Amino acid sequence: MGLEIGLGHYLTVAAILFTLGVFGIFLNRKNVIIILMSVELILLAVNLNLVAFSAHLGDLQGQVFALLILTVAAAEAAIGLAILVIFYRNRGSIAVDDINMMKG
Amino acid sequence: MTLPLFFFYVFGTITVASALMVIASRNPVHSVLFLILCFVNSAGLFMLAGAEFLALILVVVYVGAVAVLFLFVVMMLDVDFGSMRQGILQYAPIGLVVGIILLLELLLVAGSFVISPEIAASPAVPMGIGIDNTRALGQILYTRYIYVFQGAGAVLLVAMIGAIVLTLRHKPNVKRQDPATQVARRASETMEVVKVKSGQGL
Repeated sequence: MGLEIGLGHYLTVAAILFTLGVFGIFLNRKNVIIILMSVELILLAVNLNLVAFSAHLGDLQGQVFALLILTVAAAEAAIGLAILVIFYRNRGSIAVDDINMMKG
Repeated sequence: MTLPLFFFYVFGTITVASALMVIASRNPVHSVLFLILCFVNSAGLFMLAGAEFLALILVVVYVGAVAVLFLFVVMMLDVDFGSMRQGILQYAPIGLVVGIILLLELLLVAGSFVISPEIAASPAVPMGIGIDNTRALGQILYTRYIYVFQGAGAVLLVAMIGAIVLTLRHKPNVKRQDPATQVARRASETMEVVKVKSGQGL
């Protein structure tokens, strides 16, 4: 890490990114695709935190964790989009309001 | 301002701005493109933090695979995204309140925490001195974290099979090859030897 880029810099960017992700879920609560993208933003913020702490403490464990989060995020996106595609095939819509088939 | 700090501000600003555009843009295709911009710039941030391997993996996995997957799905689904924008401001106030509270809390934590000296003095996996990031990661991934690493691979395998099983469909009127029936065919079921008398034909 550059000498003058502190841990606080990274934590601030990650905090803003995380908040934007949460806000995106509220703002686009009808559109599942944007919600999935918001989840990706949140996971990216978490990764940024892990990498920043890893670099700050000189500990490689954080980067291993970030790598695992990356794989889980990729798997989540693939499964989420697959579910979205078959839902669209069945219902012809992806609006969150229409996703109520499991309601008793 | 030194060069690394300058680049940090450039990457950080573009990351945050493009994240804002991801959630705010009208067209989902634009959202995906801004998501790609966001990932590329955070790869720059990773690079500045010294995590070169993760930075490049971020570009390969996210920009190369996940974002393109999003792009395909957005283009495949013929959905009227404009109608989904209706009532978008209905939940904006509560989202804004939650977001501001969350941001303040996170910034308070980020500004006031202290790392205990014992933890800072004894890292769980010390970063190798004079050894590049990729090599250091590989050395612990294949030894100390081998089970975790294999577990991650299993997660990806299950996700791949799950996605294939979910989206696979058999259309009724499409002819398909069935190797089992092909192999099980006997000559007696399919062939008939007919004696043809000369001069008469069948």
